[in-house]
Amino acid sequence: MSGLGRIVAATGLVTVTIALGGCELGPKQSQQTGFRGTGMAQIVDPDHVAKLGAIPPPPYALPDDSGPRAREAYQNVQVLGDVSAERFNHLMAAINQWVAPPEQGCNYCHNPNNMASDEKYTKVVARRMLQMTRTINGKWSSHVKGTGVTCYTCHRGNAVPTYKWAIAEGVADPDTIVRNKHGQNSPNVSVGYASLPYDPFQTYLAGKAQIRVAASSQYPSPNHVVSIKEAEKSYGLMMHMSTALGVNCTYCHNSQSFRSWSLSRPQRATAYYGIRMVRDANEGYISPLAAVFPAYRKGPHGDPYKVNCQTCHQGQSKPLGGYSMLKDNPTLKGPPVPTAAPEGGAAGAAVPAVLANPQAMTRRQ
Amino acid sequence: MALLSFERKYRVRGGTLLGGDLFDFWVGPFYVGFFGVTTALFAGLGTALIVYAASLGPTWNIWLISIAPPDLSYGLSLAPLREGGFWQIITICAVGSFVSWALREVEICRKLGIGYHVPIAFGVAIFAYVSLVVIRPWLLGAWGFGFPYGIFSHLDWVSNTGYQYLHFHYNPAHMLAVSFFFTTTLALALHGGLVLSAVNPAKNPDGTQGEVKSPEYEDAFFRDTIGYSIGTLGIHRLGLFLALSAGFWSAICIIISGPLWARGWPEWWSWWLNLPIWS
Repeated sequence: MSGLGRIVAATGLVTVTIALGGCELGPKQSQQTGFRGTGMAQIVDPDHVAKLGAIPPPPYALPDDSGPRAREAYQNVQVLGDVSAERFNHLMAAINQWVAPPEQGCNYCHNPNNMASDEKYTKVVARRMLQMTRTINGKWSSHVKGTGVTCYTCHRGNAVPTYKWAIAEGVADPDTIVRNKHGQNSPNVSVGYASLPYDPFQTYLAGKAQIRVAASSQYPSPNHVVSIKEAEKSYGLMMHMSTALGVNCTYCHNSQSFRSWSLSRPQRATAYYGIRMVRDANEGYISPLAAVFPAYRKGPHGDPYKVNCQTCHQGQSKPLGGYSMLKDNPTLKGPPVPTAAPEGGAAGAAVPAVLANPQAMTRRQ
Repeated sequence: MALLSFERKYRVRGGTLLGGDLFDFWVGPFYVGFFGVTTALFAGLGTALIVYAASLGPTWNIWLISIAPPDLSYGLSLAPLREGGFWQIITICAVGSFVSWALREVEICRKLGIGYHVPIAFGVAIFAYVSLVVIRPWLLGAWGFGFPYGIFSHLDWVSNTGYQYLHFHYNPAHMLAVSFFFTTTLALALHGGLVLSAVNPAKNPDGTQGEVKSPEYEDAFFRDTIGYSIGTLGIHRLGLFLALSAGFWSAICIIISGPLWARGWPEWWSWWLNLPIWS
């Protein structure tokens, strides 16, 4: 082999090794999600799907909801007053397991000398989070279904959930083009490492921005102007949702029309409610705690760390693999409340129609 | 069909791969050969099956006719005809007729004593097709991963299959393929333009026909422009390389999507971010 040939062969070998080294070589698992031939399928490498850790068992058997109420047995019980003191204690023990650092236990939130005191910020936050959990389990059953959520769905044994977001750090001087990437073109995990705008959360998961990129007409219209960057920001949010759920775009959409509800899978309706549920959690429960959180619990812009899809899902299409911890913690379900209705006229009204007829998309035309 | 005066010299016996003298004849301008017969059989049966399967479908709209592969649940086994079986037999016919056509080209090359460049080039196109409907489905374990036979439906398949990897433009082989496709058209446009400029010059100022220029003028144009001319033979080598590379990397980009990488393509590049040089 000539010298040049050797160099070419060696370069090729190194390139192929690096390229394959970045790949997933094992056998794949697949699941069809649309009519045959539409190209709608989930393909995963079982070695790289999110692994579910052991779900902690209840601290002890759930006591009866009888005996004195929590508000009678304890002072300053603002949310769980109607629950029996026995069940109240059971939930406190569970939260100890789910959230509090083991070395601090109850004292993470409570003053051991005065359990009723609100002097620790964590107790104020915990109370608000209990209200949020009850709202999610009641009002947002359109997203969490009967499975529901508990503190563990997000916290997983951590005082602060692993996956969270705050408004992304800006650039030193936004008035110059030097080192200013305008919030995009960085390989950020929040948008699946693409060049897309990497803070879609402030727009879509805290604000009320609608994802309305596709127009009703094939012609340009002054009534429907969406910039490319706005479109890419919504793409960024979708990248986040895919990453958070460990699925690809065709888990919800048929790309023939991302907009059409009748072409979409019913999972898209679940996600539609999920976006609104996350907004409700962020705007109604977490952002108002800005004054309560200490600075070291906030992002670079001073806003509290908020939730997105990843906070609960953590790489799985159903958090905790669809396991419901609510049955051991009925206290978190709360009293019945009306469920949230779809917004926005005809587009919103189409959502329940798809839910009512989930096979419409896969049926033979 | 008139027999041209020089055809007798080139229409020689022999060079066949199969069938000896049996099919070594011409029909009008067309050489037949064993593989001409198999091409006709496969293409005829495949086309008839497409028409028959379309007749069982909901539409005769040429854009909307679609003959889809089986459900993934059939894996690599045969499916009932109306549930993907037609697609499977049509695929066999398509591969059979494409390969037969390539081998017929080989026989003609052998008769003429020329190289196999054309059948090899066609072979790359066949490889791209086989990648989509045989190699990748086989690697993923189900014929259902093939694309459907329909004008719009195969485009929908391409779109959805791309979105299985969140952002297909980050597929490194897709990047190479797209670059080669664009470069192929650039090279062809430059080559075509250059040849026409030399052999089709403008009229002289007095209205007489301009003088046809030799390849030296063509070489001089590019030497003056970019300092180098690849030459009259070299441009054809380059063109073949660019075009075959485009098809080859297209095939690679879909083979690796799924069998070698199941997540979003942007994330694949994290190996670069994780290089020990800076991480």
